[in-house]
Amino acid sequence: MATDKTSKEQKYDRQLRLWGDHGQDTLENAHVCLINATATGTEILKNLVLPGIGAFTIVDGHTVTGEDVGNNFFLTYNSIGKNRAQAATELLQELNSHVSGNFVEESPEKLLDNNPDFFHRFTIVIAVQLPESTSLRLGSVLWSASIPFLVCKTYGLIGYMRLVVQEHTVIESHPDSALEDLRLDKPFAEFKNHLQSFDLESMNKKDHSHTPWIIIIAKYLEKWLSEHNYKPPQNYKEKEAFRQLIRDGIRKNENGVPEDEENFEEAIKNVNTALNQTKIPSAVEELFNSEQCNNINSESSSFWVMLRAVKDFVHSEGNRDLPVRGTIPDMIADSQKFINLQNVYRTKAMQDAAAVSTHVQRLLQSLGKPPDVIPDNDIKLFCKNASFLRVVRCRSLAEEYGVDSVNKDEITSCMDNPDSEMVFYLILRGVERFYQQHSRYPGVYNYQVEDDISKLKLCVNSVMQEYNLNVNIKDDYVHEFCRFGASEPHTVAAFIGGSAAQEAIKIISHQFVPFNNTFIYNAMLQTSATLQL
Amino acid sequence: MADAELPMAVDGGYDWDGRWNHVRKFLERPGPFAHPDFEPCTESLQFLLEMCKILVIGAGGLGCELLKNLALSGFRLIHVVDMDTIDISNLNRQFLFRPKDVGRPKAEVAADFINNRIPGCKVVPHYKKIQDFDESFYRQFHIIVCGLDSIIARRWMNGMLISLLSYEDGVLDPSSIIPLIDGGTEGFKGNSRVILPGMTACIDCTLELYPPQINFPMCTIASMPRLPEHCIEYARILLWPKEKPFGETSLDGDNPEHIQWVFKKSIERAAEFHITGVTYRLTQGVVKRIIPAVASTNAVIAAACSLEVFKIASSAYIPLNNYLVFNDVDGLYTYTFEAERKENCSACSQVPQNLQFPPSAKLQEVLEYLMENASLQMKSPAITTTLEGKNKTLYLQSVKSIEERTKPNLCKTLTELGLSDGQELAVADVTTPQTVLFKLNFTT
Repeated sequence: MATDKTSKEQKYDRQLRLWGDHGQDTLENAHVCLINATATGTEILKNLVLPGIGAFTIVDGHTVTGEDVGNNFFLTYNSIGKNRAQAATELLQELNSHVSGNFVEESPEKLLDNNPDFFHRFTIVIAVQLPESTSLRLGSVLWSASIPFLVCKTYGLIGYMRLVVQEHTVIESHPDSALEDLRLDKPFAEFKNHLQSFDLESMNKKDHSHTPWIIIIAKYLEKWLSEHNYKPPQNYKEKEAFRQLIRDGIRKNENGVPEDEENFEEAIKNVNTALNQTKIPSAVEELFNSEQCNNINSESSSFWVMLRAVKDFVHSEGNRDLPVRGTIPDMIADSQKFINLQNVYRTKAMQDAAAVSTHVQRLLQSLGKPPDVIPDNDIKLFCKNASFLRVVRCRSLAEEYGVDSVNKDEITSCMDNPDSEMVFYLILRGVERFYQQHSRYPGVYNYQVEDDISKLKLCVNSVMQEYNLNVNIKDDYVHEFCRFGASEPHTVAAFIGGSAAQEAIKIISHQFVPFNNTFIYNAMLQTSATLQL
Repeated sequence: MADAELPMAVDGGYDWDGRWNHVRKFLERPGPFAHPDFEPCTESLQFLLEMCKILVIGAGGLGCELLKNLALSGFRLIHVVDMDTIDISNLNRQFLFRPKDVGRPKAEVAADFINNRIPGCKVVPHYKKIQDFDESFYRQFHIIVCGLDSIIARRWMNGMLISLLSYEDGVLDPSSIIPLIDGGTEGFKGNSRVILPGMTACIDCTLELYPPQINFPMCTIASMPRLPEHCIEYARILLWPKEKPFGETSLDGDNPEHIQWVFKKSIERAAEFHITGVTYRLTQGVVKRIIPAVASTNAVIAAACSLEVFKIASSAYIPLNNYLVFNDVDGLYTYTFEAERKENCSACSQVPQNLQFPPSAKLQEVLEYLMENASLQMKSPAITTTLEGKNKTLYLQSVKSIEERTKPNLCKTLTELGLSDGQELAVADVTTPQTVLFKLNFTT
């Protein structure tokens, strides 16, 4: 009989392979708030309930209408007349018995009026189809409480997401393609030592053709350096000569024909990347130079304490380099040579991590904190990912909307192309202005469409004027937005549902990198853009 | 979960006030970006509800999402084909299934759920392989949308729709075209494409976009393991057939006892070579070639696919032209481009395929070419030809007796086999429902 833990492991197997057990733990400890159980909202939540977040709470003061049921998988005909939060919670809860579902039959405006602290209990707040004024009010409350806020909207065939988070640190960014950390340009002592145990000339045939390419390149590099004034191959011509040097090292048979030595071919192929200069990525240098790194105090999160420790390591034991990552790619070699080489890198990585750990302890002590506040495993993970650390900082909604702080440059440069996805953002701003003025959205009823076009155009222009923006907004787009009639087609809601849920998972798990800060999806052309507003 | 009595609309369907408001706006209103053929009218909705027939291939991660999306967009006549039964590892994303459904056919459970949840929707399930159906089945659909996890199946479906095309005096009859929307996902990556067979790039036109799966070299597995994966493959490929731990049964990745055995043997192998990292999870992943999967990516790709089905069925917009790539590892990234038709595509170009070989080449070389060439990538091609008016099988792998009889042909040269310059060879393979004709050109 499978225990609950085993059945969860089996159920979540396919996703555990992406974010690991520790990532799953963060999800299971998360409490997500969804405001408004429209189709977009329930689709987002579905994609969070299925992977097993700990709990969700839906806040919605609306009553379910026939129109709501038509595009929402988590409302049925029976839901009509009921509070929408309650109705949706039932059918979402049913998706996963490991998740705890709650609802609050209240509008977010009322909660903001009477009990804004209500939102402090959540790991992340996701709001859909919110009027602008409510977004701004809620945004301000969440910003002060440092709670991540994700605002989403489906408007006709346009999808919109805005992430608002002050500072989001990522240790495990899982880059798609990462350069190996081999240190061939700056071989460390233990590697040089290991290198000495190889004598390519005197090796037997089998050993020669099963020596790892890392060793081969290192050996020939030593030769090159001694013959070139200790300057490594610099340009294409020299790299070609270096490749030829290696090629000449391939053993020949008794007829002078080169043997089939795949490891040497691998070495030749890898010359370019192997000769890359070991250096600290600029993104990491920026982090080293940031305020949070230089000003470690009792409020500093583990991320910054560890980063500072790595910085201090870089300036002492590390000799101006990050801790060695400790991994090598697979390559043609016999098991023993490969494992031994791998262990050289692993051991060095462990040493470096231990040195970083000492720095961490020193920092914690100076802050009067116990050493176990940052476990050793966390430090090892941090060191392994030192080249890939990322910090995402989004501007607040207040900054985005402020007349003095609006990102004019981003808007005008995007609108150099009048068909840029930025135009949809601008019209959405106009749509909200329309709502403020007319207490309704444009073109909801057929008879309104024609007349609302000019009204919406006025609203869009008034927003542009307020920000002193001189951009060309094509009439066709304004017309299309009136045609949309504030509809929420399920397919577009589902696209945003998947996108937003994954961004929420990134925020909760601190793995992979969230977008910064506005995402626009144009379902008409199936294109998208990320804007920084 | 019985629903209360539903109000019957005038037309006798299961509808209530406002049900299709969100959809209607795109069917009944003109707009500047609509397809040139688009005519706003109230009858469009009726067409979707009562006449438009959609086939969904696959009721898994993409299939469940597709069924939901189509049903909520107004489609009611939907068929779904899936040959699999439900596994517990499906439940993190295939949301039409519950723990109690494990073991039941996906197509049937999915259809039941949708029909119950969306009144009026009539999803018809088929617990079958796509190859179990012929042209007469596929011909009845207006649009076909695939959520498959196999390139071979995609190519077969692609070939089937191409075989339905009819040409009059060399001109393609547009009414014989059945649009194919194809979606695929892997972890945080996915793609969605629109294929108009005979008109736009087909699956085989862009075969190079799907790089062949790389297997570890046998000598590494047999004598020079370095990674935990090598140790697992050793147990799977070499030890299992040798030690036959469960008698004559072949290794079943879904049987925990089998995986446990492979796991134990892999640990032993790894210990021998001081390799760390063999875990049960890794073992299962390697044996079953598991691809990680989450609900969110499937939701995004299925949404894009369903929207294209809607666009084509309603003409409300010009459809995607024609390939969308999606990746949300770092932020969200999409890339949309027009995949081009291959002039000599072996599936859709109608251009006779050439095989260039010297007459002294062995049949083995031809076989290898058919399998390894990036544009063909056949799996186990069966080659036949006509000699002296009679049909002759040169080589066929899938039937044991014929394989044994024709195996010696592989070592014979093309001339020894009686083949001449310009000879036509007919090749059958799982990647296509129709045989592909090749013309043999002798080189000097």
